[in-house]
Amino acid sequence: MASFELEINGKQKTVEVDPSTPLLWVLRDHLDLVGTKYGCGVAQCGACTVHLNGTAVRSCSLPISAVTGQSITTIEGLSEKGDHPVQKAWLEVDVPQCGYCQAGQIMSAAALLNSNASPSDEEIEAAMSGNICRCGTYVRIKNAIKSAAKL
Amino acid sequence: MTVIKTKIGRRSFLKTSTAAGGGLLIGFSWLTSCSSLVEGAEEVAIPNEWFKINGYIKIGDTGMVTIYSPNPEIGQNVMTSMPMIVAEELDVPWKNVVVEQGKLDSDAFKNPQFAGGSLSIMYAWDPLRMAGAAGKYMLLAAAAKEWGVTAADLTASEGVIKETNGTRSIGYGEIASKAVGIEVPEKLELKEPKDYKLLGTWKKNVEGSKIVTGKPLFGLDFKREGMRLAMIEHPPAFGMKVKDFNVDEIKAMDGVSDAFIVDTSFEGPQWSDVNAFNNLIAIVGDSTWQLIQAKKALKVNWETVTPAEDSEMHEKRLVKDLENGKVTGSRRDGNPEAAFANAAKVIERSYSSPFMAHNTMEPMNFFAHVTENSAELIGPTQTPQALRDSAAKMLGIPAENVSVDMTRMGGGFGRRLYNHTGLEAAAISKKAGVPIKLIYKREDDMTQGTYRPPYLSTYKAGLDKDNNLIAFSVKGVGLPEGPVFPNRFPAGAVDNFLAESKMSETNISTGAWRAPRSHFTAGAEQSFLDEVAEAAGKDPIEFRLELFEKAKNSPVGAKYEYDADRYAGVLKLVKEKANWGVETPGVYRGVAAYFCHNSYVAQVMDVVMENNQSKVKKVWCTVDCGIVINKEGATNIIQGGVIDGIGHALYSQLTFDNGSPVQKNFDTYKLIRHNQSPKEIEVYFVENDISPTGLGEPGLPPAIGALASAIYKATGKRQYHQPFTEQRQISIG
Repeated sequence: MASFELEINGKQKTVEVDPSTPLLWVLRDHLDLVGTKYGCGVAQCGACTVHLNGTAVRSCSLPISAVTGQSITTIEGLSEKGDHPVQKAWLEVDVPQCGYCQAGQIMSAAALLNSNASPSDEEIEAAMSGNICRCGTYVRIKNAIKSAAKL
Repeated sequence: MTVIKTKIGRRSFLKTSTAAGGGLLIGFSWLTSCSSLVEGAEEVAIPNEWFKINGYIKIGDTGMVTIYSPNPEIGQNVMTSMPMIVAEELDVPWKNVVVEQGKLDSDAFKNPQFAGGSLSIMYAWDPLRMAGAAGKYMLLAAAAKEWGVTAADLTASEGVIKETNGTRSIGYGEIASKAVGIEVPEKLELKEPKDYKLLGTWKKNVEGSKIVTGKPLFGLDFKREGMRLAMIEHPPAFGMKVKDFNVDEIKAMDGVSDAFIVDTSFEGPQWSDVNAFNNLIAIVGDSTWQLIQAKKALKVNWETVTPAEDSEMHEKRLVKDLENGKVTGSRRDGNPEAAFANAAKVIERSYSSPFMAHNTMEPMNFFAHVTENSAELIGPTQTPQALRDSAAKMLGIPAENVSVDMTRMGGGFGRRLYNHTGLEAAAISKKAGVPIKLIYKREDDMTQGTYRPPYLSTYKAGLDKDNNLIAFSVKGVGLPEGPVFPNRFPAGAVDNFLAESKMSETNISTGAWRAPRSHFTAGAEQSFLDEVAEAAGKDPIEFRLELFEKAKNSPVGAKYEYDADRYAGVLKLVKEKANWGVETPGVYRGVAAYFCHNSYVAQVMDVVMENNQSKVKKVWCTVDCGIVINKEGATNIIQGGVIDGIGHALYSQLTFDNGSPVQKNFDTYKLIRHNQSPKEIEVYFVENDISPTGLGEPGLPPAIGALASAIYKATGKRQYHQPFTEQRQISIG
């Protein structure tokens, strides 16, 4: 066990956990931020995607000891009122089916648009292919990302 | 006028409001907790008082209406579509509606509360309309009494009651208190489809804003003060059980409070209790990561109970039992043997597919708090009633002492029809003496499935010298259940016809997987018909339409299961929408149609070659499911079905080695991803007034056939074995 200082969604947090604990489980078990989802634990499905200094990362495979002092954003902190352009586009296109993977999809999409304001189909596919949607909402996700790029 | 009886069996709407308490209800903490505001609902003020009209409806004094969605939500979007049906008949504006997940309660809800077989809407169509119509009747009767007129002098629309020949009007919210307890007559009038204002429109998912902001909606997100977490370790191979393990070492680990072996077997399990392992190691502790470490530290002695199986053995068994397996269903018309002997051309092909896992994105989990004489279970289940009954049996307590609350599910696909995870949670809570949430690791989930069985079918067609289909046979086998539906197409359309479904055996646990048997059979049969049409020198759509004409005008043999006109209807519509027959250089087309879950779906799929690989570019999909409740949700689920069908046909399989699943996570078990998905899927619904039928499953099966035929056009290679990317074929000797 060790103490870790974290900056999550603009707030300072302190947790006492084993240094090997992945960020995902710190968020879910220790900080009650359960919007970030567990899907595979091996960085293959993208359900656990959060932003680390604005870049999309898989929180299931990032030990807490590696992220202290860096800026972490989760789905809960993407916008104050759920009105980030990507969230608005997701609602406009009515993307979700079961909804479980969508927080991860949204975080990947938001990071993509941060670095590329107007991505092509191929750039969207490349940036999003680490996020699995078992329900098959891929066509809607692509439409929502294009729609968000215009907002 | 549509008149409907208000009784279903002995369950009447007459008694609900009083039996369920009725009258004033207070508290609106739910507004921020488990209910979902529909778009614009915030325009209606939050009520001070609520009045329970019946099990489905509660009306607030401001005119806000709560509609309870009775069934489990697995992503099929019933939480939006079911309340829409109630709101239509109640005649309340959608923006006045908030939706709450109903509890498991057969007194409140007159429709069966489960998600399976694409049956939610079909079974609830009458009860939901009845609930809305009964509410409207009660409000009208209350207003009539208040004003000293008869209900026939009044109209109710958009949440307001008006005098037909007068100026008085009153909102539902203002009269609701006086509607409570009003008796509903034995028959009620329902709207005609032509008068629908809400049904058939495009409404967004009522939980959309919660999903995109990461609210705790799912079972895995559930938390209770004082709750512990739990994980299981199941045997590494099918056919094994736990003997003992290093329990003292595990219990001594950081964050571990308890560890033991649980046994979840009980007398008289039901179909939903299919389970590979009733005998498991359970570890209880404080945090998920600590439990994962404890699982890694396990040293277990396993015992072999039944011999280990592997994929090679499974294929051999399929081949053997395609001949020798027990016939579980069959049909015979004419004299197929003689017809094949006399045919000018005979085509015979075999199709096969492997075990598949469900892989819901939310791994299996359940919360349980079991005391000496009660159990509270909260989590993802498609069959809450079945879980309650089985939990009561396993725990040896009365069913009325067991509650099951449904959480939103991160996918179902049939996996959560099976309740062993909920039972394991209950057994662990009981033994540990604390409330626990059981969490499966992805690997636990993928290696302890109720898998889609592997199948093998042989199709044979005989054409006469004029290329008419004069004989057709299909024989299929699965581990254990066979895939053939003897009375489905082309039964009824061929003079000499034979269909046989056969059983084999396995010690691997299997179960329903989205569109069970239909997904495999649609792929095999539709691929085969494409090949037969080609051999006959006919257009694949025209070839099928000829068969539907025959089935309609001169049906062969006993009754067949489909409506030939509706089947032909979706094919004709997709032909028109996709501009079938217009060739585009570099674009390769396939077509398929299939009937299952009482609905008809046809698809045209365009494939292009990219980097020497075929890729689906665009799909046209036509659907006849009767009345469409919510076009938005319906379109979404069909698009998802198409992608699911493409993905599983191309990539997915679970193989076995020495009794163990080889694929344990998404690094080796391939699911379709963004870059493999079609760019566009157009969906069209046939407009009619037929009562609504299934949508969750029927979108998937034809995708496999359409894909196979399009790939053939692009590559010259027919697809006989799933996953297609393997390009192999089971030899049946």
